[in-house]
Parts: sequence; structure tokens; C-alpha cells
Amino acid sequence: MKKVLPHIFTVLVFIFLFAPIVVLLVFSFNDSKSLSVFAGFSGYWYEELMNDRNTLEAVRNSLVLAASATAIATVMGTAAAWGIDRLRCRWYRGLINTVTDIPMTNPDIITGISMMLMFVFVGRLIGAKSSLNFWTMLIAHVTFCLPYVILQVLPKLRQMDRSLPEAAMDLGCTPIRAFFKVELPEMLPGIVTGAIMAFTLSMDDFVISYFTSGTGFETLPIRIYSMTKKTVTPKMYALATIIFFVTLALLLISNFISDRDAENKKPKKAKRVRH
Amino acid sequence: MTTHSIKQKNAGCRAALAPYSIWALLFVLVPLLFVAYFAFTDNNFNFTTEHVARFFTAVSNIKSADGTVREVHTYLMIFARSLKLAAISTIVCLLIGYPLAYQIAHAKKRTQKTLMTLIMIPMWMNFLIRTYAWMTILQDSGVINNLITKIGLPPIHVIGTETAVVIGMVYDYLPYMVLPIYSIMLKIDNSLIEAARDLGCGSVSVLRRVIFPLSLPGVMSGITMVLIPSISTFYISQKLGYGKFYLIGDAIEGQYLANNLHFAAAMALVLMVILLVFMALVKYLTARSVYGGDAK
Repeated sequence: MKKVLPHIFTVLVFIFLFAPIVVLLVFSFNDSKSLSVFAGFSGYWYEELMNDRNTLEAVRNSLVLAASATAIATVMGTAAAWGIDRLRCRWYRGLINTVTDIPMTNPDIITGISMMLMFVFVGRLIGAKSSLNFWTMLIAHVTFCLPYVILQVLPKLRQMDRSLPEAAMDLGCTPIRAFFKVELPEMLPGIVTGAIMAFTLSMDDFVISYFTSGTGFETLPIRIYSMTKKTVTPKMYALATIIFFVTLALLLISNFISDRDAENKKPKKAKRVRH
Repeated sequence: MTTHSIKQKNAGCRAALAPYSIWALLFVLVPLLFVAYFAFTDNNFNFTTEHVARFFTAVSNIKSADGTVREVHTYLMIFARSLKLAAISTIVCLLIGYPLAYQIAHAKKRTQKTLMTLIMIPMWMNFLIRTYAWMTILQDSGVINNLITKIGLPPIHVIGTETAVVIGMVYDYLPYMVLPIYSIMLKIDNSLIEAARDLGCGSVSVLRRVIFPLSLPGVMSGITMVLIPSISTFYISQKLGYGKFYLIGDAIEGQYLANNLHFAAAMALVLMVILLVFMALVKYLTARSVYGGDAK
């Protein structure tokens, strides 16, 4: 009895966690319009989804935005992590760490509002017709993705043996060549998981996008928001099901990468012990 | 290494950091200053404390169930309600999350990985959709009521109550509680637990005197990670509370939609300051409980 109770508890929690997802998956195949009474199996809503121009456009917008934000955040974040790792100046490092924490600890609504206010102010200053557009959204997305990239890359640099790039340079590499031959491969798993995180966060973000988007550029979460303001049909669940499996695949890939990375590290250590 | 090459290296790292530093300054720090600037100015950007004062002093009348009319501080009441619901959600998350993290941390390595991935998976479902899904589950004619009336039980009414809002918050933020507690539990040195056992501690007392104090930093960061998003959320209450429980996030969103940017900024500023104080307090408490040297 003592052993069974905790297991029941764990199972109940997981039922709680997966209940809405199961409901989504099931009702996306519903033969009727209802979201709570299952009338029979059908792929109708998936077909319907494929004919929904606005939603497909929103998917395309989200992909463009997430890809651009990820590219910028990954390059800038990797460079920043490399810089932070070598920074000697203590107050500068402290300052950078604090600032990096801000977008992660601040509630999304405040991050969103604060950027929106600045964009509106600058927009009025330069007399633009509307101050919020694709570019303001891109800036916002890069901003909230950056800390995640940095925090993924930084530990890889900390794990790296400091003498490796120096050894490469002693053996005749230029600093730039040493960077690409030695440091970059060490950072790569962190860069890849950081980029995947940035991409999924950007695809998924609603609150910050909501405040920094103008009319005319609708991302998927914003489209979903306006869909839930009206009567929702299982079409939205069909959309959710597809998004779910795509993000699940991404998550598994990034897990696989970090697993392989961890396993690559293991035998090296074992060898060193044996010698 | 010559001083010249050290200087060169330093220049290299500053150059790599420069774009990010400028970006963070322009798009993280400056926007926060704009919150304060908008909060303390009127539509023509002249200084005023009107908006901040409005948050603390605005009053409205509400009719209670027995027909008497009461005067309340509009925004203070909204804030108090946000705080209450967020606090309840955080406590529920802790009560579920702590035993769960404990269970997972004491499972086999492979099981641990699987369970942690399973906990993360719902987080990757868009938060609007999973909240909406909860609405269809909890509705009066929803999935749960369909199931329980089929087996002959009376239907339950959850949607549009504070309970529904709390369920939504707990669902959305539970993983944020489990993750930090789980990772700190992995770090607890097993020999400490064995030592306590050898010295005559029972299971309960090991938990109370060894495991719990050592896991406190994880608990503290779990509490912040759940409380902050749940106090500022603005969608959950609209859907699961049927808009009956206006929270501070809803109030900010409402002012944004009504284009009252200055008052929205004032509310955001107040929220931010309160959260900063709260986080400083948590940091202080964690530092004291971990390094304070309560050796008894």
C-alpha cells in the first residue's frame, strides 16, 4: 500500500497534464461541430483547415518571423556568450548577466507593454502612420529569444578546456581558424539547442506578439486568439494537433542531440581515467 | 603572454559582446524606462501623477448578492484578486509539484528522463489552445459533465468560478514548479540522507530535517516561476472565469485596447515594482535559509 499510493498520485497528475491534449486530439477528428460531444471519426476539419487561407497565411508569417528571429538571436547570442565567457571586467559581466535575466523573469505582459510603449513613442516622433509592424515584432522576438540562446551556449564554453584554442594557435592556427576549428564545434550542441528553443518560443509566443504587432501581420498565436474570440470549431483543434506533433518532433530532435552530446563526452573521460 | 595580445583578446571579446550589449540596452533597458515615462506623463507628455494615483484611489460601486451597494477601490481590488488567485495557484502547484518532483528524482534514471519529457510536452502546446481546451472540458455541457452524467452522477458547475481559473493557472504553470525542485533534488547528496537514517531519523523526519531544507532554493525559484506568470496572466481568467474575475493582466490589456497607454503603463509600473520587491525578498530568504547557518 505504501508503494502504490505515490504511483497513483503520479498517474493522476499525468492524467491531469494530458487531459486537454487528449481532448484536442480526439475532437479534431470529430464528425460534428461540437467540441464536447464526439459524433464520429472524420478528417473533415483537417480538410477545412487546408482551405483556410488566413490561417495558412498566419502559419507562413509565423515561420518567417520565427526563422528570422532565430537566425539573428542565434548569431548575436553565440557571439555574446563567447564574449561573456572571456570577459574579465567584473562589473560589466555582472551587468550583462542581470540584463540577460530581465526578459526571462519579467512577466511577458510587461516585456510586451514596455516595448510597445517605446515603439509607439518613436513612431510618433518620426511621424509614422502606424508604429507597430513586422519589424517591431521581429525586434521583440529577437529580444526574448536572446537570453535562451546565451544560456544554452555559455555552459558549453565553460565545459571546454581553455587550453584547447591556445594549443591550436600554438600549432599554427590563426585565432579565427582556431575559433572555427576548435571552439565552434565545442559550442555547436549548445547553439543548436539554443536555436531550437528560440524557434519554438518564437512560434509559440502570444503575449509579447500581441502587444508589438500591428495590423496586417498576423502570426499563428494571434490568429488563434482571434479564432477563440468567436465560436471555435474543431478546425482549431486540427491546427493544434498539427502544431503539437511538429513541436514534439523538434523537442525529440533536440533531446536526441543533447543525449548524443552527453554520450560523446562520456567515453573521453573514461579513457583519461584508464591512462 | 604579452600585454599586447591580452589587450587584443580583450578587444576581441568586447567586439563580440558589443552588438548584444547595444541590443539589450536599446530593447530591454530603455523600454523599461519608457514604462516609467508613460506612467508619469499625460497625453501631451507633461508630467503628472494622475495615472499612478488613479490606480490607488479609483473607486467604483459593486452590488452584492443581497442588493446592498458597496464602494470599493477598483484597481486595488483587482490587484488583490490577482494576488489571491496567483497565491492559491502557487500553493496548489507546490503541493502537487513537490511530491511529484520527489517521486521523479527517486525513480530509475531512464524513467526520470521519460517523466521529465512528459512533463515538458504540454508546455509546447500553445497556451491559448490548451486554455481553450480546458474550457471545453469544464463547461456545463462539457467533456467532464458528459462523462459523469453518463454514469448517473449529478453534473458539476466549475466554469466561470475562481476554481476554474485556478485549475487553468495550475495546469499552465505546474511544470515551472516541478523543474527547479527536481533539479535541486538530484543534487542532494545521498550520504546525508543515509547519515540521518543512521542517526535514527525516520522517513518523515529525514524529509523534514534533511531533504526539505536542502531543496528550499528549488522551492523558492519554483514559487517565483509560478507566481510571476500567474499574477500577470490575462487570457486564462477571460476564458475559464468567463470574464467575471478581472485580473490585473486583463486590466492592463483593457487599457491597451482602449488606447489609454499612460494608464496601462502606470499599472504595469506598479506591477513591476511589486514583483521586484517580491523577488528581492525571495532572494534574501533563500540566501538566509541556505547560507544563514541555521545549524540546529
